[in-house]
Amino acid sequence: MHIPDGYLGPSTCGFFYAVMIPIWIASSKIVKKTLKAKQVPMLAIGAAFTFVIMMFNVPIPGGSTGHAVGGVLVAILLGPWAACIAITVALVVQALLFGDGGITAIGANCFNMAFILPFVGYYLYKVISYNAPIDSNRRIFAAAVAGYIGINVAAFLAGVEFGLQPMLHHTASGQALYSPYGLKVAIYAMAGEHLLVFGWVEAIVTALVVKYLQKQSPELLREGGL
Amino acid sequence: MKITTKLWIGIVVLIILSPLGLILPKHFKAGGAWGEAKLSSLWKAPLPDYAFKGWEEKGLSHSSIAYIISALLGIVIIVIAVWLIGKILLKKGD
Repeated sequence: MHIPDGYLGPSTCGFFYAVMIPIWIASSKIVKKTLKAKQVPMLAIGAAFTFVIMMFNVPIPGGSTGHAVGGVLVAILLGPWAACIAITVALVVQALLFGDGGITAIGANCFNMAFILPFVGYYLYKVISYNAPIDSNRRIFAAAVAGYIGINVAAFLAGVEFGLQPMLHHTASGQALYSPYGLKVAIYAMAGEHLLVFGWVEAIVTALVVKYLQKQSPELLREGGL
Repeated sequence: MKITTKLWIGIVVLIILSPLGLILPKHFKAGGAWGEAKLSSLWKAPLPDYAFKGWEEKGLSHSSIAYIISALLGIVIIVIAVWLIGKILLKKGD
């Protein structure tokens, strides 16, 4: 889901930077209000976790690869605003140091994976686990559903962003200047592989860690965000 | 043991296991991620694709080591970045 340089036209890249800047400012302000010194290590663990989990490329035999983001889990543990900061840090390091995702697409990639994914996942988890005891199975179920839906909404939007490019940017003769895939192809590819494979990986990762924390550190599930 | 210690141990285990994300796609003959083939390079990343230059032909064991070192390096930089962000956000009164 890491959109590289050269796939999104300048206006799309600019648009998503313009959308993300106020979101980054809001995240900083909201997290600033509640952040305590002892929570900084958890923020670092969250960022490190999403970074390393994204290195686990899962193959579709003979097809493409993809990975979980781990962002829904971070949102469940730290709240969506802190998760936005943590995932943004991971995505920026991936783009700058490892060329994973383009620098012009940092705005779009952060919109999909550091904003949409944790927020959709977080609120779904909240709704499904509403009033459920900390050690209940409903929380594990909620985590799985939140992971699955969170990453799929993000992947769908990435597909839309790819798919709009031939319409937005083309030569007079109709040749695409950036991503050449039409809306249908891009959405089928992005949504399809995440619905079938990578969404389940996100669901399992999220649910397993929540299950582990129910036993090892239930207070992390109780605090409900930075 | 503190929960943060346990979670860091978990991260270290993931770093050590990370080459699975390299080996499994090779084994199952899967290509790259959809839509992520390089079109243009506006930015020269120092360690593109979590690999070391010149190590491409040295086989999977070398690329696995490069992958682990990349994961470690990335996480060290992330920890420093989050620590700095934490410092800025914890500064009260502005």
